[in-house]
Amino acid sequence: MNQRVFTALLVVGVSMFVFAPFMIAWAPYESTMGLVQKIFYFHVPSWFVMFLAVFICGIASGIYLLKEKPAADRLAVASAELAVLFGLMGLVTGPLWARKAWGVWWQWDARLTLALILEMIFCSYLLLRQYGGPGSEKLAAGLAIFGMANVPFVYISVNMWRTVHPTTNVVPTLGPGMFGAFWWCVGAYLVLFLVMLAARIRLEKQLAQVEELHLALETD
Amino acid sequence: MRRLDRRVRAVVGFLVVSLTVVVLLTPSLNATDRLGQPPPPQDEFVPIDQLPPEDQLPAAPLLITAYAVIWLLAFWYFWSISRRQSLVQQELDELSRKIGDTGSPDR
Amino acid sequence: MKSFLRVAWLVMRKDLRVESRSREMLYTTLFFSASCVLVFSFAFVREGRPVEGAAAGILWIAVAFSGTLALARAFERERQHDVLRGLLLAPIDRPAIFVGKLLGIVLLMVVVELVVVPAIALLFRAPFFAHPFLMATLLGTGTIGFAAVGTLFAAMLIRTQSRAVLLPILLYPMTVPVLIAGVGGTVALLQPEANLALAKFWLAMLVFLDVTYLTLALWTFEPVMTE
Repeated sequence: MNQRVFTALLVVGVSMFVFAPFMIAWAPYESTMGLVQKIFYFHVPSWFVMFLAVFICGIASGIYLLKEKPAADRLAVASAELAVLFGLMGLVTGPLWARKAWGVWWQWDARLTLALILEMIFCSYLLLRQYGGPGSEKLAAGLAIFGMANVPFVYISVNMWRTVHPTTNVVPTLGPGMFGAFWWCVGAYLVLFLVMLAARIRLEKQLAQVEELHLALETD
Repeated sequence: MRRLDRRVRAVVGFLVVSLTVVVLLTPSLNATDRLGQPPPPQDEFVPIDQLPPEDQLPAAPLLITAYAVIWLLAFWYFWSISRRQSLVQQELDELSRKIGDTGSPDR
Repeated sequence: MKSFLRVAWLVMRKDLRVESRSREMLYTTLFFSASCVLVFSFAFVREGRPVEGAAAGILWIAVAFSGTLALARAFERERQHDVLRGLLLAPIDRPAIFVGKLLGIVLLMVVVELVVVPAIALLFRAPFFAHPFLMATLLGTGTIGFAAVGTLFAAMLIRTQSRAVLLPILLYPMTVPVLIAGVGGTVALLQPEANLALAKFWLAMLVFLDVTYLTLALWTFEPVMTE
């Protein structure tokens, strides 16, 4: 992604985020949960983006294992970092909402449990890449593919087991005021994700350049 | 190509067997009454216009903390990338300089 | 297909033969699992007696911990004599190597479970033998699922630094769905009025997980092991 596109996206993202609190404040309150439900507008997009990052990492890892393209590996590590970041956002905002809405900070219901597992799997991915030494890119790629395979269980679980977590039917049935604010926030998050991804991939490319230069110096 | 056929067949075989087993072993999901009557999950968010007064204040600290955490995490990540970026840039400059110096005494 | 199975069988037989000479892994893993159960019977205590409801969880934790130990040891042995590289160089189907090693690990874990299940039944007064067939199938499918992921990861990490600590770090989050389903099914069976329908539901979930993990492992073993 070239510098112009990057700057444009950054500006768009920042403006969307600046405007988002207004949209959220204008949105109507929810009847049973009141004010605290407004966390929803940032909580759910965090998880959307986290799942997106997990899938991107899984697919990029698959491509890297099959075709051995360094660009795929760079994309995989960047999206894994972002999966952990946005997952952390979701895992912090969720309990804050739950404390008011359900009365407890945490519940071992299916969706929360599997979401926490996913976060830990991608933390372990980052640990493997950091401390695994040379050759850990392929191993981490295998790990990411397994991690991605766990994702369907997260989505299906809420619909299969009765839990206190709002079902996945909530988003499609949002009323007009909430609909706009919610999808605005989703858009803002997606732009933020793209900006962060581009920045991280660029960093990874430069790290690869440093490696090459080191090698060139040694072989001279 | 031959190897691909074999794997495809193995995968399809696995899937058929597992689906059969799963279908046979899942008698009725109504029987899975494991969570002992939690409140029924919400199916829709119902908007209202006026907020009942008792709900206003206690939720605010939670809401503010939630948004603050998100902003903090986002800024921290941008700061972390720019810090790593500047370290790498320094190293790149140094290495390019070393490579540029042909016949220099340093190793 | 026949040669695939034959190679897997040969790899497993090699492992068993090496093991039968020293029996090191067998004895150490058995004793480790017994120590685990001992520690748990002191850890989960209420009013001076072991908490009986904890039996299902303890069983699966003991299986997971012993399994991790066995995996680490099995592949350490391979690494020391560079056996894995020899196997990879041979003109055989690589996923067959994976299946062979998997069978060996599963066999070892089954032997451990044969000892651990009666021990926990005794110490925690858990009616594991009330529905033996269902219980055995639950344990079996859970073991296969755990071992499938474990064998792949242990093989992957064979040349990695910090592999001793990285194996548990990678393995435990990934196998949590297996443990959830296993414990769920076991708890359903251990109740005074065993909930067979629920146990069968969890068994179906385990089968589905096993198939997913095995398929993925067979697909990724070869690309991951090449350099």
